[in-house]
Amino acid sequence: MDFLRPADWREALAAKAEHPDAVPIAGGTDVMVELNFDHRRPERLLDLTRIGELGEWESGGRTVRLGAGVPYTHIIERLHTELPALALASRTVGSPQIRNRGTVGGNLGAASPAGDAHPALLAAGAEVEVASVRGTRMIPVEEFYTGVKRNALAPDELIRAVHIERADGPQQFSKVGTRNAMVIAVCAFALALHPRTRTVRTGIGSAAPTPVRARAAEDFLNAALADGAFWDSGETIPPAVAREFAQLCADACDPIDDVRGSAAYRRHAVTVMARRTLGWTWQAYREGEGRAAACA
Amino acid sequence: MRVNMTVNGRPQQADDVWEGESLLYVLRERLGLPGSKNACEQGECGSCTVRLDGVPVCACLVAAGQAEGREVVTVEGLPEYAERRTSGDAGASALAPVQQAFIDAGAVQCGFCTPGLLVAADELLERTPDPSDADIREALSGNLCRCTGYEKILDAVRLAAARTSVSGEAS
Ligand SMILES: Cc1cc2nc3c(=O)[nH]c(=O)nc-3n(C[C@H](O)[C@H](O)[C@H](O)COP(=O)(O)OP(=O)(O)OC[C@H]3O[C@@H](n4cnc5c(N)ncnc54)[C@H](O)[C@@H]3O)c2cc1C
Ligand code: FES
Ligand code: FES
Repeated sequence: MDFLRPADWREALAAKAEHPDAVPIAGGTDVMVELNFDHRRPERLLDLTRIGELGEWESGGRTVRLGAGVPYTHIIERLHTELPALALASRTVGSPQIRNRGTVGGNLGAASPAGDAHPALLAAGAEVEVASVRGTRMIPVEEFYTGVKRNALAPDELIRAVHIERADGPQQFSKVGTRNAMVIAVCAFALALHPRTRTVRTGIGSAAPTPVRARAAEDFLNAALADGAFWDSGETIPPAVAREFAQLCADACDPIDDVRGSAAYRRHAVTVMARRTLGWTWQAYREGEGRAAACA
Repeated sequence: MRVNMTVNGRPQQADDVWEGESLLYVLRERLGLPGSKNACEQGECGSCTVRLDGVPVCACLVAAGQAEGREVVTVEGLPEYAERRTSGDAGASALAPVQQAFIDAGAVQCGFCTPGLLVAADELLERTPDPSDADIREALSGNLCRCTGYEKILDAVRLAAARTSVSGEAS
């Protein structure tokens, strides 16, 4: 086995171009488990932890450009205002030790349907910046997940950063599991209110082959909120509307039965999480969070 | 491959390291530091917790080559590390305050989880000298113990915090 240790981004892209079979390793919290258990014996590892810029972020204009190698701990401590749903999701990842090493780049690289960053990225709105010696592509996060543990990366490409819309209103993340720490999601749900565009976006984890948005549910709720002038009045959302929204969220799922939960339970849990996160975020909006954006 | 790193304040070199090997394996099998324990090799139990450039991590999930040039502190180096933090130099304390507290509170049974818990608890007290119970539970949530039921471990961390703050005020 080879251990490639590029010192900067350019070297990393050159190494990946020369050795498309090289397995990138960032925090190692997925890769090392596979190596320790002999589930994977790659010819080469490509260590990304020497590349300083991957651990940095910039907050400018309407987006935060989050380096692929920023650990969850930093997102929780330093980016919870700009990226509330992602920070909430990050809090639920593994344990302190895992959050100190694990990264959003690694979560995207692994592309597990249960990855906790995904629902938050879908709800907030995000694009994945991927690059190779051939150039750079921006991939909307919805299009990044292509199948169970599959993503849109070409063999010579690496993830450099994720461009995530800065929150312009309340966001929430909810996850079902057996305990608070060290739990792979049975299913997870994120919801973001976007008062600036008067839209609501969702992200569902672990309830379909890939993380998904509940588009029909979003369309229904967007129309209901517009028709009733709710963004202006800040009135409570009628229970019937919330119920219908939650049901449409469950309809967006295509879950399986597995050791962590049955498909029926996952659907049910998604309706509960959809209703609750809508209630929490709308309450925060009523109390003023993001109201200025909607009036502007 | 060869890997160089600083372990418990001293430069160390490991040779013939396999590229897919973990930092935990290097510490235990190549550098003769068996304090960090190997229980799960998948990040679940925390018994291999060490500080990597100051940050608590599972050594079983760090590739050996990723530790090149970095600073590692294991349970073996904890007394010196804690002493350097409080008094500025490393004297001859046999045990870090958190280690003494674990003994005094009866927080050690089979002891397999203890090294990882000590490293995690010591880091908590470095960051948060007077932690709430919620702080302690959160900081230790990545460390499993199959023996104690955790209550004595919580007692030990409270005891270490109380003793450290008293000695801090006295000096
Ligand atoms: C005990 C434990 C608990 C966990 N709990 C959770 C949890 O609660 N929620 C959750 O979502 N995940 C969890 N995980 C999984 C893991 O921590 C996350 O998926 C994490 O985000 C992976 O990040 P990493 O940097 O460690 O990735 P790595 O292991 O370094 O890499 C993961 C994958 O991404 C690829 N990759 C990494 N960086 C790049 C890049 N820049 N460009 C291209 N490809 C790249 C790698 O080749 C690999 O395929 C857990 C893991 C463990 C061991
Ligand atoms: S041996 Fe590393 S976490 Fe269990
Ligand atoms: S004392 Fe035995 S596992 Fe904790």
